[in-house]
Amino acid sequence: MPLEPLMILIAEDSAADRMLLSSIVRRQGHEVLTAANGAEAVEAFRQQRPQLVLMDAMMPVMDGFEAARQIKALAGETLVPIIFLTSLTESEALARCLEAGGDDFLAKPYNQVILAAKIKAMDRLRRLQATVLEQRDQIARHHDYLLNEQRVAKAVFDKVAHSGCLNAPNIRYLQSPYALFNGDLLLAAFTPAGDMHVLLGDFTGHGLPAAVGAMPLAEVFYGMTAKGYGLSETLREMNAKLKRILPVDMFCCATLLCLSFQRRSVEVWNGGMPDGYLHNIASGERTPLTARHLPLGVLSPQTFDDRTEVFPMAVGDRVFLLSDGVIDTCDAKEQLFGVERLQQVFAANRQPDRLFEEIEQALQDFRGEARDDVSMVEVSLLEAAQLIPPPLVYSDSGQSCPLDWSVNFEFRAATLKRFNPLPYLLQLLLEVHGLRAQSGALYSVLAELYSNALEHGVLGLDSSLKRDASGFTRYYQQRNARLDELQDGYVRVHLQVAPKDGGGCLTIRVEDSGKGFDVERVMARPVDGIRLSGRGVSLIRQLSRNASWSDEGRSARVEFFWEALA
Amino acid sequence: MADTHLDRDVLSALQEVMEDEYPMLLDTFLADSAERLVLLHKAEDAALLMNTAHSFKGSSSNMGAVRLAELCHELEQRAKNKNLSGIEKLLGEIDGEFAIVRPLYEAERQRSSPTEATVRRF
Repeated sequence: MPLEPLMILIAEDSAADRMLLSSIVRRQGHEVLTAANGAEAVEAFRQQRPQLVLMDAMMPVMDGFEAARQIKALAGETLVPIIFLTSLTESEALARCLEAGGDDFLAKPYNQVILAAKIKAMDRLRRLQATVLEQRDQIARHHDYLLNEQRVAKAVFDKVAHSGCLNAPNIRYLQSPYALFNGDLLLAAFTPAGDMHVLLGDFTGHGLPAAVGAMPLAEVFYGMTAKGYGLSETLREMNAKLKRILPVDMFCCATLLCLSFQRRSVEVWNGGMPDGYLHNIASGERTPLTARHLPLGVLSPQTFDDRTEVFPMAVGDRVFLLSDGVIDTCDAKEQLFGVERLQQVFAANRQPDRLFEEIEQALQDFRGEARDDVSMVEVSLLEAAQLIPPPLVYSDSGQSCPLDWSVNFEFRAATLKRFNPLPYLLQLLLEVHGLRAQSGALYSVLAELYSNALEHGVLGLDSSLKRDASGFTRYYQQRNARLDELQDGYVRVHLQVAPKDGGGCLTIRVEDSGKGFDVERVMARPVDGIRLSGRGVSLIRQLSRNASWSDEGRSARVEFFWEALA
Repeated sequence: MADTHLDRDVLSALQEVMEDEYPMLLDTFLADSAERLVLLHKAEDAALLMNTAHSFKGSSSNMGAVRLAELCHELEQRAKNKNLSGIEKLLGEIDGEFAIVRPLYEAERQRSSPTEATVRRF
């Protein structure tokens, strides 16, 4: 390959040498600039930017060493090779040439063959440097581009993620600002009944691929939570959606919680995440919330298992969830931090509010440096009154509000097994503007009436089981087992809306096919709502008007009223 | 002719490289050298003497003036070592050597292109 012609600056004070060298270089096909001293050389370089310099060391006005230094400074990152022309032989003088930025020497008398070879070699070096710079800039541009993409994705996602209630007073969490790109995902939202759903997820992979699944997952989580769906329906939908859209090797480990402040319980589903912990503050005991399922997005909708576990909680108790970044942290010897070390931190913890810091410190001590892919969240149970869910936002004007109607539903065994009618019923009722202000109470009462009818009525479960923590677990095991085996039975829901004095009245009647209960005995209990069992009836009586039971407890009736709207 | 003053091989290489500009190169060298000789005689400090001798050595070697380059090298070394006693004698030798090679270069110039140079002037 013929050498591409270069522009070469020759700086040489001896006119004959300059002329000779110019001719040699021109004959080799290059363009020549000449300078008779160092100052001229620097000026010629400044104006014409030659690619290579042949520089005499000893020159008047400014010598070659100084000129070389200035030219190298002007050239910046670009490699402009400087070959010193010299009959210097002392090593000290040659060293000065190199110190001044010289790249090579050419001795006098000039040898054409050697000069051509040196120009060629220097040109190769120059091109190499140019390529390296170009590629470095390209990498920097790509890097900026990638960071910008991540910034945009993060900004969009933060809008979505923070539309929930992560800032609620009972939630503490710790996440790297770029956790999304580690595949970590933390979501929280209130249900219409004032329960709280929390999801800590961990997508496979890193970077943007790990982040893309977060959007649809968050959408399902928020959408279904806001509409009043329970964990099971939400899980089924999330699993089906991820299964549908994600490639086979991508899935999402997740723990989903439903904290009920009114019922003082937490419902848990853990698919592939490390154990979470339910911390009973009174006893100091920590109950592990172990993974019992495959991650979301692995199983087909037919084989997906949405079974949850329910644990009682007292006010002040905490649920602690963490990502695998915590226990998978390695030390210098490739040893894992592990669950045992985590439990040692738990055991040493004296102030519950300092737990995160203590875990972080332990990880840092173990690993020797902090890591940025650790996610932790702690949710505590507060008095229901301490939490005020944000008001729901409605987009319609209310002109088409239905005010005089009634409707009857009968949900039979096969439907009761797998369908939760509450979100539909609630949506229907919230078409009535006057009811919107009490949507939380409405939903809570409706949910309580329905679960009483299903669990105590149709399934015949004994609510006194829930008197202590172990019975609580047994109760929900039995609930799942009996629901699986259910062959017949029904829950009927009758809704009636009627206008009244400019406002209106809603009557709800819920009937079941069960054995009923001793209404008088239950009604004789004080309305307190502290005990684990039988709380449903108290709750209903507190939140609705004129609650009454008939047909030996098989039929419950409540009313809601609203005033004329302003 | 074995020449202790001029390396004929260097001259023919120069002619090959310079082609038409060969006579001008010879002219330039002679004019340059005359200037340098004046500088050498006027030099008042060792550093200037050393630098001038160094440059003169370089171009002499390029032009094939072997003996002249040797003498300049000796002068450069002595100036560098500040060994200036008897330097006048060495300068005299350099004058003498240049007086020998000058007519040789002029003859070479005439031989290479007697007319070319005059044509070029216009």
